[in-house]
Amino acid sequence: MSETSALIILIAAIFTNNILLSNFLGMCSFLACSRQIPTAAGLGVAVTFVLAGTTALNYVIYYYLLAPLGLEHLQFIVFIAVIAAFVQFVEMFVERFSPRLYYALGIFLPLITVNCAILGASLFMVTRNYSFTQSIGFGFGAGIGFALAIILMAGLRKKMTYSNIPKPFQGVAIVMIITGVMAMAFMGFAGMVNIQ
Amino acid sequence: MEQNGIIELFTYAILVFVGVLAGLSTLLTIAEKLLIDYGVCEIDINAGERILQVEGGQTLLSALIENEIYIPSACGGQGSCGYCKMTVLAGGGPVLPTETPFLTRKEVREGVRLACQVKVRENIISKIPEEMLNVKLFNTVVESTRSLTHDMKEIRLKLIEPPEISFRVGQYAQIQAPSPDGPVFRAYSISSPVYEPNVVELGVRLIPGGIGSTYLHNLQVGDQAIFTGPYGDFRLNEDPEVEIICVGGGAGMSPMKNIIYSLYHEWPDRSCWLFFGCRTTKDIFYLEEYQELAKKHPNFKVIYALSDPLGPDEKWDGETGFIHLAVDKYLEAGRKRQAFLCGPPPMIDAVMDVLADKGLAEQDIFYDKF
Repeated sequence: MSETSALIILIAAIFTNNILLSNFLGMCSFLACSRQIPTAAGLGVAVTFVLAGTTALNYVIYYYLLAPLGLEHLQFIVFIAVIAAFVQFVEMFVERFSPRLYYALGIFLPLITVNCAILGASLFMVTRNYSFTQSIGFGFGAGIGFALAIILMAGLRKKMTYSNIPKPFQGVAIVMIITGVMAMAFMGFAGMVNIQ
Repeated sequence: MEQNGIIELFTYAILVFVGVLAGLSTLLTIAEKLLIDYGVCEIDINAGERILQVEGGQTLLSALIENEIYIPSACGGQGSCGYCKMTVLAGGGPVLPTETPFLTRKEVREGVRLACQVKVRENIISKIPEEMLNVKLFNTVVESTRSLTHDMKEIRLKLIEPPEISFRVGQYAQIQAPSPDGPVFRAYSISSPVYEPNVVELGVRLIPGGIGSTYLHNLQVGDQAIFTGPYGDFRLNEDPEVEIICVGGGAGMSPMKNIIYSLYHEWPDRSCWLFFGCRTTKDIFYLEEYQELAKKHPNFKVIYALSDPLGPDEKWDGETGFIHLAVDKYLEAGRKRQAFLCGPPPMIDAVMDVLADKGLAEQDIFYDKF
């Protein structure tokens, strides 16, 4: 694993191992914030930023603080604390520079904290024994993958506004079905690059 | 040995975790200092009439309150009452989704914003009605309280600092009441006449669970209270030939009392009608005072009407039925009049229709719906 370049991992994390479509992590904000393309794009960018930042930070903390002291079991609680602090930072940042996005994302901005994709990426980083550059590549790629999936979904939902959806499937139901179809479509990328 | 190892592990775990948390909070504090620092911003009010220097990062409402400009606000800046409307011509940023429910399209075009939702991030150019600049914060003590009915109380507040208030008839004050979420302001009409500038009197109906009315009903003589005021756009016609029509319902008596006493202080012969609607004889108040006043001023006519059927032990020889019927019965069309209404919305709507039939123009009718 260690010889795979960070760029390959980045591409894999976007297409073949999309954290949302292959691991189904981060579904709640994916379902809730995919109604409009600008909001979806804003959340995508925020999640990408948080993912890249937290995997890098968590890498440093895990390998230079927890592992030497034999405290690997603290990873969950420490990762969560790092993520929470980082999201706070992003929140301040977004509020300062884009109040409109800040209010459009509303509760989902602080809820990035409990977005399982974020913690998932940090834990994958540990179980897959990534190096520092690989971790950043993976975090960044997973973020782009999430952003790509949510923007695509927002586009599809916009298109669906004018389609005739059978009543039982309206709302979240059809979104779940489309997510499944999207996941299958993304399987077409399998074999392009390969990571665990 | 084994035990020492475990203790060591625990100590490390606690130290590391606490250390990580401390480090993160330090970083966040620094980030907050750097990111949320907007410096000192200027707020220009009414094209240079007043220019305030305020700390950036706070809401426009709190920046104005800090500078003793009291924009009406009943919810305490949560964006749920929509009272704190003001015009922001530049520097307010985009209209936020939290504001849109309270603004009409016309208001959005004119730059009307909710002051509690606008954050001061840069220099702001704003417009505030002249009257609101005259609003002050008053420190008072309770001079007396008196029960008017089973659920109405009259509360007189003696002004301490500043010692005098100058207001027009029918205006209201915002009383500061404590609530679990910090102080909130609740609007109450001033019932004392305008020629008593050292006192503000309120008529308060107790609403079960109501923050403002519960607080006011529990005030004792000597307690301190704070209010801001005066607010409101009632304007009495100064022409003595114009007849004044006051219509109140339920608890909507305060502005009427204020108007009537102020009126007869200035024009002893002016013609004025008071129509007041209540449900039962239990809800009648101030009737004797008004009858006394009517003896001194023959052009003052008082009509009370009860809307509920009389109980077996009730005695009443006045009007019955809803108050708009009494208005319709007693007023003849064609006279120059001005009307002040205060009460529940269905009553106001019904009375407005009757007054329109009697030939009153819309700009001659002032009302308070609650």
